[in-house]
Amino acid sequence: MGAHGIKKTIVLKGIGVSPGIVSGRVYLYNCMDVKTPYYMLDTKKRISQEVKRFKQALKESSQELVDIRERIITKESLDPLFIDIYIMILKDRMFIRETVEKIREQKINVEWALKLTLSKYREIFKKMEDEYLKERINDMEYVVDRVLRNLSGKTCEKIADIQDEVIIIARDLSPADTIQINAEGVLGFATDIGGKTSHTAIVARSMEIPAVVGLEKITSEIRADDHVIVDGTSGVVIINPDPEVLKRYDDKKKHYEFMEESIIKDARLPAVTRDGHEVAIGANIEFTEEIPSAISHGADGVGLYRTEFIYVNKEQLPTEDEHFNHYRRVVEDPMIAWATIRTFDLGGDKFASDPRLAEEMNPAMGLRAIRFCLREVELFKLQLRAILRASKYGKTKILFPMISGVAEIREAKRILDEVKSELRNEGVPLDEFIEIGIMIEVPSAVMMADKLAEEVDFFSIGTNDLIQYALAIDRINERVTYLYEPLHPAILRLIRQVVEAAHNAGIKVAMCGEMAGEPAYAMILLGLGLEELSMTPLAIPQVKKIIRGATVKESRELLETVMKFSTVGEIEKYVRKYMIKRFPDEFEINNH
Amino acid sequence: MKEVKTFVLKNQLGLHARAAAMMVNVSSKYKAKIYFEREGKEINGKSILGILTLACPRGSSITISAEGDDARDAIDELGSLIESKFGEE
Repeated sequence: MGAHGIKKTIVLKGIGVSPGIVSGRVYLYNCMDVKTPYYMLDTKKRISQEVKRFKQALKESSQELVDIRERIITKESLDPLFIDIYIMILKDRMFIRETVEKIREQKINVEWALKLTLSKYREIFKKMEDEYLKERINDMEYVVDRVLRNLSGKTCEKIADIQDEVIIIARDLSPADTIQINAEGVLGFATDIGGKTSHTAIVARSMEIPAVVGLEKITSEIRADDHVIVDGTSGVVIINPDPEVLKRYDDKKKHYEFMEESIIKDARLPAVTRDGHEVAIGANIEFTEEIPSAISHGADGVGLYRTEFIYVNKEQLPTEDEHFNHYRRVVEDPMIAWATIRTFDLGGDKFASDPRLAEEMNPAMGLRAIRFCLREVELFKLQLRAILRASKYGKTKILFPMISGVAEIREAKRILDEVKSELRNEGVPLDEFIEIGIMIEVPSAVMMADKLAEEVDFFSIGTNDLIQYALAIDRINERVTYLYEPLHPAILRLIRQVVEAAHNAGIKVAMCGEMAGEPAYAMILLGLGLEELSMTPLAIPQVKKIIRGATVKESRELLETVMKFSTVGEIEKYVRKYMIKRFPDEFEINNH
Repeated sequence: MKEVKTFVLKNQLGLHARAAAMMVNVSSKYKAKIYFEREGKEINGKSILGILTLACPRGSSITISAEGDDARDAIDELGSLIESKFGEE
């Protein structure tokens, strides 16, 4: 935690075992987290006392489990099998005998002996082929943890006491823990250990809440008052996300909730309008783990790969090879037709392990993105080298963010050419004709679109920032977010101007802001003539469905009609009404 | 009295947790010493960890030996449990 109250963002990757996205306050459940002491026993008397101590702890643990078993049967009428297995392990002759032998022969304390017994079984279970049996080591770990806790004399809080809405973070959750959970209050789970068939996974799926397991170190990284995002679809957990990331995930969450099986079924069908016009559909991703979800939801390519998380949460700057490995994984996927990699788009503060460094009053307009990269040329070059190296493995495009005028893109291109020739001299293969594009998100770039179009191969309209800069809204300030209106007539004019300038110069235009993933706007965007729409994977199936059901002709007519209106209210109302009438099945759920 | 008999596991999951727990429950009822053997590995039939570490999949055969006054009854009951496929559908 920084002295200024800014908390460091940490990203952890595990196994997504129950889909969905959730964000909320953390509830750290780590009653099993006891420090294990290790010491030798010097006298016979101490050895026999130690064995007694072990037997006593076994007895206490066994009694606790019998009590839980009783509760389960009477209150939940559930199968107590898992508890029976715990009790059996506690009473297991091999387990007890081996541990006692270690205490006696190696003259070590119980805790130490228990850890040794456990690690022997870990080795045995690790070698098993059957995934289900393999995970039974978790049962033994649970039992050993319980005995260790009783040895330490600590008592354990009960999950049943949780009242608020929280995301439960734990080393692992056993049936004995989850059985006591007040389901109303739990939004999701994230645990250090576990796999697809571990108990946490099964419970989360049955409760239909997101869960990520196998995060390895979340319990040691997280603090009790942290905020966390759990993405059970991609297996990613973000601790203390900044407001921008949080906003993006809220958007993803919204799309997830409207997702229906029937729509996903057709997701891989191309986005071709009824009058034969095809729109390229890209996915916006920030982790390579999101690629499978992007593909299954119908993305043709990656329209926006946000690279910021390669930098965030690192003690040291990422190496060129780290960058390269990420990029290569994206571009070489055979199901990904192209990948547009956006260069670093944050302020310098995100590099350092100390978040206070270079803190700015108004970071959205500060030294960030291309401005920061043109200042820190070596950092920029390192990223460009990695992108160029990856370009040999699949169709790659480079996207420069926050360009506000021609001088900046020329400077960025000059540096890119330098990097290209360095690589050429080193004999490193790359795509010589790699396409370069710019984000159109600063209003001055819209004004200069005709000139900018002569400099690049494509535009990508970043509506999130364009709307905020054009309408002078701080997106993080809740008192003005009501002004954030993608269908504002000024925004539609700006987009139209960009598309016209691009088409006059013979280049294509993509859109990669949230606006692109809003199904109600799909016909407006068709009418505007965008060649590519890139969005959060979960939004793709519905947007594609609208495109497949519409024609460019009627979309243009719709656009022409609304362009005559003067206020966002009129436009919004007209478009909603039109879309509900035109696609009643798609919009009734969104508008009740 | 010593009894030895070999069985083939016909249930879907082999000796997974539920089946293993049922075996332990039965074995523990008897005074006889009970051992399970598979592919040269022998474990105590009253130990859940022992049975789990045998990792018997469907179709594998295990040899059960029992030694003691009630050895025959023990083997009979364990045998019929295996034959009943542990109550799996």
